[in-house]
Amino acid sequence: MKIVIINYGAGNIQSIKFAIKRLGYEAVLTDNVEEIKAADRVIFPGVGEASSAMTKLRKSGLDTLVPTLKQPVLGICLGMQLMCNSSEEGKTTGLGIFNIDVVKFITDVKVPQIGWNEIADLKSKLFAAIPEKSHIYMVHSFYAPLCKETIAVSGYGVNYSAALQEGNFYGTQFHPEKSSKVGEQILRNFLEM
Amino acid sequence: MLTKRIIPCLDIKNGRTVKGINFVDLRDAGDPVELAEIYAEAGADELVFLDISATEERRKTLAELVYHVAEKVNIPFTVGGGISSVEDVDVLLQNGADKVSINSSAIKNPPLINDLVAKFGSQCIVVAIDAKKIDGIWIVHLMGGKVPTELNLFDWAKEVEKRGAGEILFTSMNNDGTKNGFANKALARLSTELNIPIIASGGAGTMQHFTDTFLEGKADAALAASVFHFKEIEIVDLKKELKKNEIPVRL
Repeated sequence: MKIVIINYGAGNIQSIKFAIKRLGYEAVLTDNVEEIKAADRVIFPGVGEASSAMTKLRKSGLDTLVPTLKQPVLGICLGMQLMCNSSEEGKTTGLGIFNIDVVKFITDVKVPQIGWNEIADLKSKLFAAIPEKSHIYMVHSFYAPLCKETIAVSGYGVNYSAALQEGNFYGTQFHPEKSSKVGEQILRNFLEM
Repeated sequence: MLTKRIIPCLDIKNGRTVKGINFVDLRDAGDPVELAEIYAEAGADELVFLDISATEERRKTLAELVYHVAEKVNIPFTVGGGISSVEDVDVLLQNGADKVSINSSAIKNPPLINDLVAKFGSQCIVVAIDAKKIDGIWIVHLMGGKVPTELNLFDWAKEVEKRGAGEILFTSMNNDGTKNGFANKALARLSTELNIPIIASGGAGTMQHFTDTFLEGKADAALAASVFHFKEIEIVDLKKELKKNEIPVRL
């Protein structure tokens, strides 16, 4: 199986690479269009600020490629947010794969949310063998509200999308690569679906 | 619901854990990677590695350590100690660290916080603050608590938040090493006046101390070293106890 991690200079890519390796697979880091198109699985990472990450993605020309991909694609954290219509962070236009606008957590909770939260209302084969209310690791200040693409729900002041799916596109707000055994199972589900 | 985090802290010197760790089941008590794996397995929510080496090669040694930890460990970890530039942070994050913690360098050069946040995002920038209560006033200290500054803990913490830090790791020098509990009053004030997560550090001795720091200190996470290293408290037992006290934890 050919697994690629899209390299556009935004993200904690090393951890994702290592997590995949622990599952017995190898992932290649690349910004090559043909290599990404030919892969069996595509991981779209992202850490940091939305508008600068989107600028980097546009510069690499990968912004037009990602929405056309046909194989399973997994956006992680900011990667998932960039796959939405837009983000309030830096007034960023996203890739429009998930039909929802990313917004900032409001006042009565500490921002960023850092730590282990629960996922519930699990709806996708991405969560095969994952019990309801499993704990996953989240680090974020902005979130995707609940929408028709929501396949997992978390609560932090509001209930929001912990994960999204539209056809072959998956996104997790949490970091499966940092979410212990639960995260490993979710990554395995993605690779073996 | 977001859970409260339990964070063991490992002191690192020249790529090895500092002596004094009493794990009978450890093949090599000085190997931070093995110890990290054991803690991840035991239910730790995060790990902190604090580098106290003072050699020329320390940067390279630390980067290598980070790489090996990231290779093996499936929970987040923070690296701190002697980090003073954007380049330092870049290397550590690229090698797989999830967060870095800065302390003295932030005090000496506060705009460094803004620079790091602009380049890497708030979520991976932790500012560690060591403070000591002197004549009723919490004074920020440098050099692991040895050198007083003119900064007041609460003013400095607010500035750190304003400059974009994602989290504060507050160590009370009055409590550190005493095993008499965390500085809950100061912690509660930080947690109330600031809107970023606060990690409590210094003073852990019993399971009750953790309960107290979450309930009275309003801490978001609690960090400790010796009670875990010497197996005085098992993380799983601690979490069961916290859960009994209706504190949300990951079990």
